[in-house]
Amino acid sequence: MFEAVLLTVITAATPLLIAAIGELVVERSGVLNLGVEGMMIMGAVIGFAVANQTGSGTLGVIAAVLAGMAMSALFGFLVLFLVANQVATGLALTILGIGFSGLIGEAFIGVPGLKLPELYVPGLSDIPFIGPVVFQQDVIVYLSFALVAGVAYTLFRTRLGLVLRAVGDNHGSAHALGYSVVRIRFLAVLFGGACAGLAGAYMSLAYTPQWVENMTAGRGWIALALVVFSSWLPLRVVVGAYLFGAVSVLNLHAQAVELDIPSQLLSSLPYLATILVLVLISANRRLTLVNTPACLGKPFVPDR
Amino acid sequence: MVQHTRSGKDTLLDARGLTKRFGDILANDRVDLVINKGEIHALLGENGAGKSTLVKMFYGSLEPDAGEILWQGQKVEIDNPAAARDLGIGMVFQHFSLFEALNVVENIALALPNPGKMTDLAKRIETVSRDYGLPLNPSDIVADLPVGIRQRIEIVRCLLQEPQLIIMDEPTSVLTPQEADQLFLTLQRLAGEGCAVLYISHRLEEVKRICHHATILRHGQVVRECDPTKETPASLASMMVGADVASVSATAQKPKLGQVRLGLHNLSARARTPFATALNNISLELCAGEVVAIAGVAGNGQGELFDAISGEMPVAPDMVRIDGKSCGSRNITWRRKQNAAFVPEERLGHGAVPGMKLSQNIVLTRHSTGDRLAGGGFVSTARASVLEKRVRQEFDVRMSHDDPEARSLSGGNLQKFVVGRELDRKPGVLIVNQPTWGVDAGAAALIRQALIDLARAGSAVLVISQDLDEIFEIADRIAVISRGYLSAPEPAEEMNRERVGLLMAGGAEAQGEVA
Amino acid sequence: MRLELVKRKEHSRTMALLSPLIAIGLTAVAAAIIFAVSGHNPATGLYKFFIEPLTSEWSLQATIDKATPLILIACGLAVCYLSNNWNIGAEGQFVLGALFGSALPILFPEFENGATLPLMLLFGAIGGALWALIPAVLKTRFNTNEILTSLMLVYVASLLLDYLVRGPWRDPGGYNFPESRLFSDSATLPAVFGGMMSLATPITIAIALILSVVLARTLKGFEIRVMGESPRAGGFAGFSSRRLTLFSFAIAGGLAGLAGTMEVSGELNQLLPTISPGYGFTAIIVAFLGRLNPIGIIVAGFVLALSYIGGEGVQSAMEVSNKIASVIQGLLLFFVLACDTLILYRIRVISHRAPAGEVSHV
Repeated sequence: MFEAVLLTVITAATPLLIAAIGELVVERSGVLNLGVEGMMIMGAVIGFAVANQTGSGTLGVIAAVLAGMAMSALFGFLVLFLVANQVATGLALTILGIGFSGLIGEAFIGVPGLKLPELYVPGLSDIPFIGPVVFQQDVIVYLSFALVAGVAYTLFRTRLGLVLRAVGDNHGSAHALGYSVVRIRFLAVLFGGACAGLAGAYMSLAYTPQWVENMTAGRGWIALALVVFSSWLPLRVVVGAYLFGAVSVLNLHAQAVELDIPSQLLSSLPYLATILVLVLISANRRLTLVNTPACLGKPFVPDR
Repeated sequence: MVQHTRSGKDTLLDARGLTKRFGDILANDRVDLVINKGEIHALLGENGAGKSTLVKMFYGSLEPDAGEILWQGQKVEIDNPAAARDLGIGMVFQHFSLFEALNVVENIALALPNPGKMTDLAKRIETVSRDYGLPLNPSDIVADLPVGIRQRIEIVRCLLQEPQLIIMDEPTSVLTPQEADQLFLTLQRLAGEGCAVLYISHRLEEVKRICHHATILRHGQVVRECDPTKETPASLASMMVGADVASVSATAQKPKLGQVRLGLHNLSARARTPFATALNNISLELCAGEVVAIAGVAGNGQGELFDAISGEMPVAPDMVRIDGKSCGSRNITWRRKQNAAFVPEERLGHGAVPGMKLSQNIVLTRHSTGDRLAGGGFVSTARASVLEKRVRQEFDVRMSHDDPEARSLSGGNLQKFVVGRELDRKPGVLIVNQPTWGVDAGAAALIRQALIDLARAGSAVLVISQDLDEIFEIADRIAVISRGYLSAPEPAEEMNRERVGLLMAGGAEAQGEVA
Repeated sequence: MRLELVKRKEHSRTMALLSPLIAIGLTAVAAAIIFAVSGHNPATGLYKFFIEPLTSEWSLQATIDKATPLILIACGLAVCYLSNNWNIGAEGQFVLGALFGSALPILFPEFENGATLPLMLLFGAIGGALWALIPAVLKTRFNTNEILTSLMLVYVASLLLDYLVRGPWRDPGGYNFPESRLFSDSATLPAVFGGMMSLATPITIAIALILSVVLARTLKGFEIRVMGESPRAGGFAGFSSRRLTLFSFAIAGGLAGLAGTMEVSGELNQLLPTISPGYGFTAIIVAFLGRLNPIGIIVAGFVLALSYIGGEGVQSAMEVSNKIASVIQGLLLFFVLACDTLILYRIRVISHRAPAGEVSHV
């Protein structure tokens, strides 16, 4: 039974993890993209639609990633080239994404979904308990951990990561030294979009293989909170994602145990937990001030 | 022209006819400049003359609209800082391009095209920095370092690339006199090794001391060249400004002192953020009729002190007294009602709202001070306009059209407005932080005279400044702030630059701790 | 060939007026493209979407009814955004206002007199304000980002509404449908001007006009604008950013709550599991399209209400999904934000050598 619970936690945590790690990279470069929810839901609908039409889960995932990148490119154009207000533009991206996904998804409501293949390692996957949990997950779950490791390594051990962190710390200095702030941020934004799209695809192709309108239900926003919670450190994102994953499946399992708590209360726990976590982190002013990328959300216009 | 006779086989950089325009401002107008090997070449001019713009073109941060640059006899196009560095040109910016969250090694690595392994780089940094008398610890995080050390990072960053020309933009504006001396030794050593230095400054004493040759810019054009060792500061100044600068008629007579108008008693405050400075037991009394100056290098608590006196940072009630009334916990509007006035360091974003018109900026500080600008909750735009016109005329604020937005004014004009807005109230106590930073000589002279006149009329004036020239020009008494401690103020005649420098470097703290 | 932004010396007043119009124009073009791509006649689509709703009395009424809550909520949001408080939770404040306002007729159905409606509206405003004060207090006391907290509370509010309507507040005589009892006449917002519009509309317009005066002419309005643009200058002026945050959230929440109560006591006449087609979010678009100015918001609210009615119109006439309305709304916001750049910057075309300032070794 515990095994079953753990499996659901992994499934709930994975989209949060992927979306959050993408946004972490974006914010480390100094950009605040509030459009994660919009990009995620577009990833979900496009992934589902393409998988359904082509019969291939893989193509669905690829299409979702591209959809996320396309939306983030639009965001990047407005915010990095036209120097539009980052908060408002991110909101616009979310509103647009939710609207578009509703439009595209209408044709797919109630249509049975395509589930992504699971890994199967003969021998290893058969070990009781550890087998199914560790060796029999969707490909994307393994990918999520690889992403975190990759981001952690790149950010702190490579030149590219150093430059990215520098741009997020002081874009004026980076520009004075000759780095293209706009280009680096744009690449970071695209990466964030790809991750959000992937997270969305996971939701409609693995989590519950179907399309429901508004199915991300605020997970993109929770991912944004996770980035703050992690103090912009990749490994802490894993902790946060799994904690939230656990909280969000309480509803599911409470019903099985026949607790007499209204389901709406249980459903609201992830959102209340998010608020609580945000308060705790931000109450520690020293922690926030020291770790926040100094240029987060500040517009940049180079003088030529 | 003088320039072309100076170029020869020892010439490193030969700039011809460089022009750069920003909108309708012509920042550089057909500038010629020649720099030879081993020469410390001064680039003089007041704020706004075009010095920074010119050197940014040498460093590849800006592209010239017209003109050409020859490097060692060959025409070159310096497209970006990397290209400049490849040629052998390095630059130490006035406003450092450092990354606070990263350490020394990472900061330097970011400026190098081929940093190599971080551990090797760290060793090189240690060696080179020690060699040139500017030692650095590679693993320090920049945010924890004081300004003087940060500048070393910039310099060592340059030196590691073995430049042939180093451009330094106002390097001593953030140094104590002793640190400046150390810097001059380093520069002279570099020149001896054949490296050229392009030294931008408006500090004429320094230029006379160390520079071999000077080019003077005014309004974007080269107006003179000379050998600074053969000139006096006065002659250099008049070349920079183009006329005789009205010298401030200050402390000819001893001021007649009246009551204590501003009192600071054991003023202490914790640092508000991890990067701020705590205030430690500051005590000071200002009497009617005098100008007291607080000298100090940036980052030693000036801003915090200003905020404590203005009311933006509340402290214990008795720590700040205006005309005898305790007001340490009162807000800024209350203090203004006691006829105190304040001018902060940052004119755009703190002293004035950049995107709002001047008449609206009048309302900013005077909505509750008896000018009837906000009767019954409604703002009277008519009365605000009247005040704005009055301030504009009295303080010679120049603008392109009526009642513009604050940010379209030049630095000097906006500063005249911000200072004039407060002086127009004839305050009993005035506190100013960096009164003439970034302001042209004419406006600076006007502002300084106005401060003295206000004091002589019976007010108490407190000036916080990083500019020692200014301080010695207008102050009756001088104190020094260092790491949040204030030294005991002394009469200006009994102070000199050396003593001030020592206090800046730690003497003030020693005094404060003993007291 | 390269495009470059050049900062203007001052805000361009012409562009401030033109930019919303250009944005609407660009949205119309985009809408036409969407219609064409999905196999429908673009001209018909645009006509049915934007013009037809204005042609019949019925649809004009429906547009005004839809515009009213949008305008009221957006006015409150304008106060927040002008002072740099990013209140994204108006949707939740709308719901909480409706809950507080409906408590009276639902819990005390016998309380029927002239005071019922005014009390409902008052409670509704208080309810919305209280819900909005939660993120405000978290921001002032703990420095918590108000965007995420106000948004999380939207989900919580919806769940609370769902729980109440399906549970304790369900109509006992309602055959188990998830809805509350119907409100009596004294708890219903009357129609005015010969049935042309609900009382909600004049109330809303009056509030918008009052707010317009406050923002433009009073010291409070000055405080709001200064704090939004330069918080340090605001502190220097003696204004308190803490108090302003609480004030602006309370106003926005109160207005959203009032809108929620008026919607529930007018149009709907009862509580249902969903009482808003996303008004709280569309109001964000209205606020920006109206340039955060209550007069502009009145017009912008009307334009966006048009898109709701137009969406239903194209659905019935052309078999296009009415979701196209939310797509067009999102596009509109995008274009507004893009065009707003022109207020502060000019676009310059550069046509000579290679872009400089980029380092090859990244």
